[in-house]
Amino acid sequence: MKRLLKAAIAGAALLMSAGAALADGELNIFNWGDYTSPEMIKKFEEKYKVKVTITDYDSNDTALAKVRAGGHGFDVVVPSANFVPIWIKEGLLLEARPDQMENFKNVDERWVNVDWDPGRRYTVPWQWGLTGIGVNKTVYSGDPNTSAIFLDPPPELQGKINVAPEMNDVMYAAIRYLGGKWCTDDKELLKKVHDKLKEAKPKWLAMDYSAYEKMAAREYSAVYYWNGAMLRARLKNAEVTFGFPKEGYPFFMDSVAILKDAKNVENAKLFMNFIMDPENAAMISNFAKYANGIKGSDKFMDKELQDAPEIHPTAEQVAAGEFMLPCAPEVNDIYTKIWTDVLK
Amino acid sequence: MSDAARIAEEARRADIRTRWWLTAPALFILFIAAVGPLFVVLLFSLMVKGDYGDVKYWQFSTDGWFSVFFERDIFDDTVGLAQAHMEILWRSVKLSLITTLLTLLVGFPTAYYISIQPPKKRDLLVFMITIPFWTNILIRTFAMQEVIRNEGVINTLLIWAGFIERPIQIMYTDWAIFFGMVYVYLPLMVLPLYASMEKIDFRLVEAGYDLYAGRFQVLRRVIIPLVKPGIVAGSILVFIPSLGAYVTPRVLGGGKNLMLGNLIDLQFGQGKNWPLGAALSITLLVIVTVALLVYVRNASRQGGGHGH
Amino acid sequence: MATKLRTFDVKAQPGFGTVAMICFFMLYLPIAILVIYAFNAGENIAIWEGLSLRWFVSAWHNDTVQEAAFRSLFLATVASTIATVVAAMAAIATTRTPPYRGLTFKYAMINQPLMVPEIVTAVSLLIVFSRFKVWTGYNGLGYMVLAHTAFCIPFAYLPIRARLENMDLTLERAAADLYATPWQAFRRVTLPLLVPGIIAGFMLAFVISLDDVVITEFVKSGGQETLPTYMLGQLRRTVTPEINAIATVFLALSVLLVTLFYLVNRKKT
Repeated sequence: MKRLLKAAIAGAALLMSAGAALADGELNIFNWGDYTSPEMIKKFEEKYKVKVTITDYDSNDTALAKVRAGGHGFDVVVPSANFVPIWIKEGLLLEARPDQMENFKNVDERWVNVDWDPGRRYTVPWQWGLTGIGVNKTVYSGDPNTSAIFLDPPPELQGKINVAPEMNDVMYAAIRYLGGKWCTDDKELLKKVHDKLKEAKPKWLAMDYSAYEKMAAREYSAVYYWNGAMLRARLKNAEVTFGFPKEGYPFFMDSVAILKDAKNVENAKLFMNFIMDPENAAMISNFAKYANGIKGSDKFMDKELQDAPEIHPTAEQVAAGEFMLPCAPEVNDIYTKIWTDVLK
Repeated sequence: MSDAARIAEEARRADIRTRWWLTAPALFILFIAAVGPLFVVLLFSLMVKGDYGDVKYWQFSTDGWFSVFFERDIFDDTVGLAQAHMEILWRSVKLSLITTLLTLLVGFPTAYYISIQPPKKRDLLVFMITIPFWTNILIRTFAMQEVIRNEGVINTLLIWAGFIERPIQIMYTDWAIFFGMVYVYLPLMVLPLYASMEKIDFRLVEAGYDLYAGRFQVLRRVIIPLVKPGIVAGSILVFIPSLGAYVTPRVLGGGKNLMLGNLIDLQFGQGKNWPLGAALSITLLVIVTVALLVYVRNASRQGGGHGH
Repeated sequence: MATKLRTFDVKAQPGFGTVAMICFFMLYLPIAILVIYAFNAGENIAIWEGLSLRWFVSAWHNDTVQEAAFRSLFLATVASTIATVVAAMAAIATTRTPPYRGLTFKYAMINQPLMVPEIVTAVSLLIVFSRFKVWTGYNGLGYMVLAHTAFCIPFAYLPIRARLENMDLTLERAAADLYATPWQAFRRVTLPLLVPGIIAGFMLAFVISLDDVVITEFVKSGGQETLPTYMLGQLRRTVTPEINAIATVFLALSVLLVTLFYLVNRKKT
């Protein structure tokens, strides 16, 4: 026992010494899990002789909490559009001025003057997508482009639906479905939203994150989920089709930002510029299976992505979507209460 | 005071002092990395919530605590009991109780069976109980799905054997949750049980039979009282963690109903209400601590009774 | 294997053997499936597409996963060893004694990590450790070791305590009567009797540490991914059989350990 203890202490001491030094030529990226193309990172490392370390997070809230607490050692973070204003407001991001970088010309005009970062003074696009409807054509042959699929499910889909357990995405779809605006605090409408969700929930089978596997395996017949996952489900099972709810659906875009207390600012800036190169952006898309915001990256993408309807909505389909911005804290409170009550 | 009494008193003091030294390292680690930080949570529960998570430091408020128990109705503004919180609390307690009971029902015979094997086989079996747990809980839960889903092993076998014609829906039901919970928490029950069973004095059991007790009576009157500390330890180890469990209910049960773990998680995440999350956790902590102290006190009092 | 004994066996209880067999069977059924899917040619853990070793190859080439796996093993070993040692000391100090001042306090302290939902410990550790990280500039694995050790302590403590509680004092008194020093009595008498409890406690702590995700997620600094946090990141996208392949390697490793342990033991006797 004593010997074991000694060995343990020695081992621990060894590790303690390992973490401290921060040499030149490093870059610490804090990103969503399973979202960063290893080939792209390798290319970056080789080109700039920089050692990249990637650390995962699984939610915007976790990432924000960790960075806000300090002492994290990260340089780059990839928050979603609805969180970028919070990050900026809390003074966590460096005004890196990517709009003055060499490769900025490649950014699609559509993604330059965005609500969450007008003119792109802080962030550059990483990947974007949306939450929409996935349906198995053989079970339901009607129009998939409506939130009614999960809010007023047709009989053939009842009991076979999975809804992403994401408070904001679900609340968004329900509010728009009932004719409201995102972040509304109209009590009457919210009452209807509450009742609609309560009424719809028993007709769902699950609220889980395994939509890709289970749509492909025909265990679910319909889902309210992210488009990239449905793209991959369709590649596995051609019966899967994707719909853009005409009542309204939320877009998301994750953007790369540099932290104010970053230790490797120059490398982080190189990285920002690097991912605005169409070829590199395409590498990210090929790995993550979502669209990026870089012009001319399409021709470097895999064939299956180039003509995928899931990540290339038509102008009409785009018009129904909207970016969810953070609601006022009082409104968020009401939404949380409704959500808790629906799921109690 | 007589010399003898003084010496005894001094010996007792020395003994207590040694006992404090022995506990010191554990208490020190726990203070730094568990109990101490918890004061932060206590402080958080008493502060004003931040706009986007976190709290507004040093602005105090009792809102967090208020909303644990009461809520202002969002639609008609009346103040009432926080019904949703109560329902979720009750669901979690119920789930934990049933899980504890089921793991005890399965774990007791298993631990007993292991403990009566020859020593070498015993070690092997104990190790075998823990081997499945070298794999991560998520992946174990996914594997369990393959066992119980409609096209899974159990249904396929039953159909093949001709017992049923159509698959039984187990996934997304309470049965799936219980199955998964028992699976996940079983070693937490079996190992403490085994640790206390391993040295049952079978002369006592024999004495029981000599007095014409039946198998069941011997089990109830002799064996169970002897291994009571193990039952207590195992039940605590299963009951409390399962109160906060939510991976298994989500993956196997479909996750349509919140558990206490989700509810607290929600407040620290998308709900952005850290004071409420903190207050909810402390409520849970207080309930469990009180229950545990009463339980342990009673158990050790009774345990001391039958003597050695 | 409940062999019918012709003579009356005082130890046997009817049906217990059967329950144990079913229990072991159910314990290993999902594990078998998990191992089978590690050899899946498809990229899905739920759809079988033929036999292949591709996920073992892919895990072999995936440095991130390997590092995470080693980090998990290392953390679990160190944290559960420290936790078991301090928990055993604490268990000895808190059992077989008339109540004394502070005993209840000790129970409450030691069991506290059990009673708080993980997310709460996680958030509070994040706040406190982040301060330390800023002050000291050190953000190595030490914080993770500390956090894991702390929540492992009750898991190691309870089995050892349960073992001690129904241990007989006579032998130790006999040792004392034979002029053994308290240390000798402990080394020669108490400790050997305590071994099953210590093993049970250690294994529980090890497994708990290996499995932890929420606290680790909040405490980890850059580049300190463990296997569970790596998987958590994959959860929203796809969990590929690569994870199964790694789990299979872990299992093989543990089976190897058991076999070695068994063989060594056999040689000794």
